[in-house]
Amino acid sequence: MTYLAKSPWIIHYDASSCNGCDIEILACLTPMYDVERFGIINTGNPKHADIFVVTGSINEANREVIQNIYNQMPDPKVVVAVGICACSGGVFRECYNVAGGIDKLIPVDVYVPGCAARPESIIDGIVTAWGILEEKLKNKVSSPMVSDHDHKAHHKHAQGGAQ
Amino acid sequence: MINIVWAIVFILVAPVVGGLVAGIDRKITAHMQGRVGPSILQPFYDVGKLFEKEQTVVNETQIFYAICYVIFMIFTGALFFAGGDLLLVVFALTLAQIFLVLGAFAANSPYSYVGAERELLQIMAYEPMVILTAVGMFVATKSFNVSDIASSTTPVILLIPGIFLGFLYVLTIKLRKSPFDISTSHHAHQEIVKGVTTEFSGPSLGLIEITHWYETVFLLGFVYLFFGFNPLIGVVAVIIVYLLEILIDNTNARVKWQLVVKSSWLIAAIVGMVNLAALYYLSGGVP
Ligand code: SF4
Repeated sequence: MTYLAKSPWIIHYDASSCNGCDIEILACLTPMYDVERFGIINTGNPKHADIFVVTGSINEANREVIQNIYNQMPDPKVVVAVGICACSGGVFRECYNVAGGIDKLIPVDVYVPGCAARPESIIDGIVTAWGILEEKLKNKVSSPMVSDHDHKAHHKHAQGGAQ
Repeated sequence: MINIVWAIVFILVAPVVGGLVAGIDRKITAHMQGRVGPSILQPFYDVGKLFEKEQTVVNETQIFYAICYVIFMIFTGALFFAGGDLLLVVFALTLAQIFLVLGAFAANSPYSYVGAERELLQIMAYEPMVILTAVGMFVATKSFNVSDIASSTTPVILLIPGIFLGFLYVLTIKLRKSPFDISTSHHAHQEIVKGVTTEFSGPSLGLIEITHWYETVFLLGFVYLFFGFNPLIGVVAVIIVYLLEILIDNTNARVKWQLVVKSSWLIAAIVGMVNLAALYYLSGGVP
């Protein structure tokens, strides 16, 4: 067992979720579920994170934010999509401003369905993510740099960077 | 006077002790919050993990500064445990801290900048009290050498209780505990992300963690100096002081930097100066 699985630090991003799934993620940190006993820390800093936990169906405003966070995370990293919105777009998938599931933008490793996903299943998803992290470390998988080329060219955005 | 053996013992043992202290700290903190908490070996797992990660930096010089931070912190602690000059120890400590600030300034990131600025303010806040502590030790034991102070039979704590209280106050800043964890903290991420360490990742962040362990052991050694006349009381005092720091950490919210600087200078000026003046008066003028 590598140290990665004993100390998975997460970054949580709300990609236009209804806040239901986010409250369930925060519930995992409370004394009731206490995920810190597994060494899980909610870092809030992509450069320190190993697991990217995303909730909600992406809208146009946070496409780039998600890609930027993903690109800034050092390898090995995994993405966990929490809630049916993050998995497929859920009830919002037909909306004009919604991209759909997180996997439309970045590679997703674990899908945690549910509306809202229960804390138990979120913890289960993150535990599954450890195994994938270890596998990625063993196989030295380097994650791709993601970007919305068309989108970027259209809006003349700068390349994703530290800021 | 300089005892190389103790310096080597410090270099080898301090990371283990410091890491365990950090682990016990997290466990006690968790229990205070009604949680189970991670294993007490968790800090070692964290650092092990950081060394397994990829090194991504904005600016290569960051790594250089992180390494300088480690080297000078080890130098500070080794000099202290070898029984060197206390003033030199204090200056080396400041230099080490400045390297961390430079490392944070090396990356062009707003959060890193805010953290670095706050770190500088913290240094400004605790420095007068730390120097006063060294002076107080000198007045009490007539020596600046750690070896003399530690082996002195004078009950230092009884001569400079005010300075001890002042030192405890700034110790909270040095250990990065609430309410003074303004420059970097695991709890402030909505505000400054991770402050000074925002732009460090992977192995260089691991180095910074290890440096914190060295620093903790060195600071606890500093607390011990007040009780050097009786090793048993000394060790008990060190443990009580650290438990007190954990309690303070868990019962206080972070304050603004203005309060940190003002209050620590005020404390240094009041308890530190009054204590020194009383000591001079009692010993009948300048020793
Ligand atoms: S899955 Fe349900 S609870 Fe979660 S963000 Fe979507 S609508 Fe809200």
